[in-house]
Amino acid sequence: MNRRDALISLVQLTALSVAGSAGASVISARTPMPVGTQPEALPKPPRKGGLAYLAADEAREVAAIYDRLIPQDELGMSASQAGCVEFIDRELAGAFGQAASVYRLGPIVPGTAEQGPQFTQTPAERYRSGLGALAGYCQAHYGKPFSALDGDTQDSLLRAMENGTLHLPAINAAAFFALLLQNVREGYLADPMYGGNRDMVGWKLIGFPGARYDYRPYLDKKGMALNLEPVSLLDGAG
Amino acid sequence: MAHARPKADVVVIGLGWSGSVIAEELARAGLKVVAIERGAWRDTASDFPPSVDTDELRWATRKEILQPPKLETYTFRNNASQQALPVREWSNLTLGYNVGGAGTHWAAASWRFNPFDFQPYSKTIERYGKGQLVPGLQVQDWGITYDELEPFYDRFERIAGTSGQAGVVNGDIIPGGNPFEGSRSRGYPTPPLVPSRWNDIFTEKTTEMGYHPFPVPAGTISRAYVNALGVHMGPCTYCGYCQLFGCGNWSKSSPNACVVPALMRQPTFEVMTETEVLHINKSADGKTATGVSFIGKDGVVGEQPADIVIVAAYQLDNVRLMLLSGIGQPYDPRTKQGVIGRNYSFQTLSYAYLWFENEYLNPFINTGCLAIQIDDFNADNFDHTGLGFIGGAGIQSLSNNGLPIGMAGVLPKQAPAWGKGWKKAFQHSYQNWAMIQGQGTSYAHEAMYFDLDPTYKDNYGRPLMRMTFDYNLNDKRSGEFIRKQCEAIAHAVGGTQVESYNFANDHYTPFRANDSSHTIGGVVMGTDPKTSALNRYQQSWDVHNVFVLGASSFPNNGGFNPTVTLGALALWTAKAIREQYLHNPGPLVQA
Repeated sequence: MNRRDALISLVQLTALSVAGSAGASVISARTPMPVGTQPEALPKPPRKGGLAYLAADEAREVAAIYDRLIPQDELGMSASQAGCVEFIDRELAGAFGQAASVYRLGPIVPGTAEQGPQFTQTPAERYRSGLGALAGYCQAHYGKPFSALDGDTQDSLLRAMENGTLHLPAINAAAFFALLLQNVREGYLADPMYGGNRDMVGWKLIGFPGARYDYRPYLDKKGMALNLEPVSLLDGAG
Repeated sequence: MAHARPKADVVVIGLGWSGSVIAEELARAGLKVVAIERGAWRDTASDFPPSVDTDELRWATRKEILQPPKLETYTFRNNASQQALPVREWSNLTLGYNVGGAGTHWAAASWRFNPFDFQPYSKTIERYGKGQLVPGLQVQDWGITYDELEPFYDRFERIAGTSGQAGVVNGDIIPGGNPFEGSRSRGYPTPPLVPSRWNDIFTEKTTEMGYHPFPVPAGTISRAYVNALGVHMGPCTYCGYCQLFGCGNWSKSSPNACVVPALMRQPTFEVMTETEVLHINKSADGKTATGVSFIGKDGVVGEQPADIVIVAAYQLDNVRLMLLSGIGQPYDPRTKQGVIGRNYSFQTLSYAYLWFENEYLNPFINTGCLAIQIDDFNADNFDHTGLGFIGGAGIQSLSNNGLPIGMAGVLPKQAPAWGKGWKKAFQHSYQNWAMIQGQGTSYAHEAMYFDLDPTYKDNYGRPLMRMTFDYNLNDKRSGEFIRKQCEAIAHAVGGTQVESYNFANDHYTPFRANDSSHTIGGVVMGTDPKTSALNRYQQSWDVHNVFVLGASSFPNNGGFNPTVTLGALALWTAKAIREQYLHNPGPLVQA
C-alpha cells in the first residue's frame, strides 16, 4: 500500500466507523483526522491525448470560431494555438459540461430576462446542438462549413449571433454565442494546467503574474510596471 | 425507524461564523453541543493550501466552493403576478457548503454597522417625521442598539483579528479613521492594510473634496496575531485569491482559521458533517422544540434531540427551515400579517467604473477588501431633508479584482468584446480600470417577501423557497443619489472614461455582475411579535428554545457588509443563553 492509498483507506475507515452508528460523519476532539491534502482537494489537470467529448469535425469548427474571437496577432497566439479547443473539450467532458452542479429539475419554462438561464440542455449538449445548427445554416447558405468561410463572413455571422439577429433552428443563438465567448476566455486565461493558455500567453497579454501567492515585496512599488514572470499552479504546466 | 442520537444540550444547525462562535461559547461553558453541517469537513492545511488555492477557474469561475444549486436553490420572481422560476446556477449569491460556511470564502470586509442602522425607524421619525418614509416601506428598530452591541463587536474583532483604523474611541475622533462610526471601546486588533495605488488616488482626491476617507476594516489581516481563542494567524500576502477561495495563509478571518481549531478541542463538542437538517421538531403542545431531524449523505434519516436549537445556516436556509418547520406565522403580503419571510431586504448598489489613460494599477495585488471608503453619504450621516429617501451608501475605492477571467469582460461599453480589438482593449483596461462602489442600505417593503414555492422541489421532494423581490422607491432614490456621488468622484480622480450605474434603476435580477451577495432578513429580530419573528436576543417569540442567528435577523441592511454584525449578534445571544436562559428557560422578553 502506498502513501496515497493509506490516506484514502484511513478516510474511508473514519467515515465507515461513524456511518455505521448514525448515518453521518461525526467529528469530535477524539476523532483521528487524516493528515495531508485529500485527493479530491488537489488540482485536477485533465488527461493528455485525443478528444474526450467533441467529434473531430466539431473540434475543427470550435477552433475556427474561437480563432475569430481571440485571433493571432502581434499581441500573441490565437485561441486554438493556445490550446483552447483542448481546454473546452475536457471541460465539456467534465463536471462543467455535464452541468453537475446545476439545478435541473423541471418544469423548465422560459421566464423573464431577470430570471436567468432556464436551459433544458447541459453545456455539452448545447455545444453539440449549437454547432449542429450553425453547420446546417452555413451549409444551406454557403454550401460549406463555417471553418471554410472567409474571415469577414465568419465575423459577420458571429456578430449576428451575438446581437440576436441570426436565428438558428431550435437553439438560442445569442446564448450560444455568449457561452462560446465565455469559454474561449476561460481557456485563454485559466491556469495552463487545464490545457489552454499555452506559454501563459493570456497572462502575458495583460501582465497577470498567475498563481503567485505573496506580493508583499511589491507593496511599495506603486504605479509602475512590475514585469513579473507568470507562474502556473503546477510546475511544468503550459 | 429514524436513528435517535443521544440528547444534546444544544444542537447548532450550520457551522459557519454564527454557528461556530456560539458553539465555542456554549461548549466552553460546559454544555454538550452538537453541530450539524451540510457540507464537508474543511481545514486550511488540508483543503486550501497555496498549492490548491490559486486557481481562478476552479474556485471563482466554476464556484466549486459554493453549495451546488443542484442540491438546493430558490425560486425567484420580481412580483407576485409572475411565476417564480428556479435560480439554476449561481451568479452573485455565495452560499457556503462546508465547515466554515460562507465564512470560508468571503471577501472579509469587516464592518460594524452605523448606530442609525439599528434604529432606523425611531431616528428617522425623530429627525424628519413619518413623511420621509415612502409608502409600503417596512422600517423598524432592531430592539438592540449599537452601544449594547459594542462589547460583542469588540469581542468578535478580537476573534477575527480585524485590521483597521479606529475613527471614534470613547467619543474621541481619531484622525484617519471614520468620524461617522459608532464609538468604539478601543482600536482594532491589527493596523490597516497597505493601500493600493488606486486606494491612494481615491484618498487624495476625496480629501480635497472635503470628505473623510479611511481604510475599510479588513479580515485579511495586516500582521501576525494571536486571537482571543489562542489561535495564531499570519499576515496577509495580498495574493488576491480571497472571495470564493479559502485562504491558505491563516491570514483571512474565517471560522476555519479563527474558531474551529479552538472549538474542536472542546471535549463536549462534536460536528456531524455532510448531514442536512430536514426540519426542527416541536413538542406536542408546539411551545418548545425537541430537536431536529436530519439526513446523512447515505440517506439514513436520524434525530438529534436537544434542549436548545440554534438555527445558524445561511440567511435563505434559515428562512426556509423556519417555514418547513412551522415555527412562527408565515408572512402574507395581502393581509400584511405574519413574520416568517417578512422584511426581506437586499443591498442597493451603485457604481462608477472608470478608466485611466496610462496607469499601472497592478490590480493583482489586492485582498478581498482592500479599500478606502468615505461614509459621508452613508446611514444618516447627511441631511436627508427633501431627498425623499432614508439611508445611503458607503462609497469605496475597492481593489479586490485582478483575476483575468473575471476581468476579461470589464471593458468600456464601446470596446469590442472579441477579436483583435478586444485583446488590445483588455490589455489596456486591465491596468487602467478602477471602480468606485456605493454599497447601499436597503429597507424592506411590504410587497417583497419569502414563502415556499408551490411548484419546485429539492432532491427530497420538499418545496424550494420562493423569493419575490424588486427594488422599492427608497432604493431607487438612494441608489440614484449615490450614483451621482460616485460619478463625481470618478471624474475628479481623473478617469478619462466614466460609466456609472444605479442598479435599482432596473428590475432586480440575481444574475447581475458585480452585484451584492448580501441577502438580508426574513426571520428578523425586533420589539413586536407582530412585526418580528425573534426578540432582541434572536429568540423565537413562539418557540422559546429556538434561536435563529445570521443576517436573517436584520430588519434592514446597512451600507456595509453584514458578517461582523451577525458575528457580534451571535456572541450577544450566546451570553443571553449562558447567563439568563440556562437559569430560567423561557421567553427572555415578554411578548
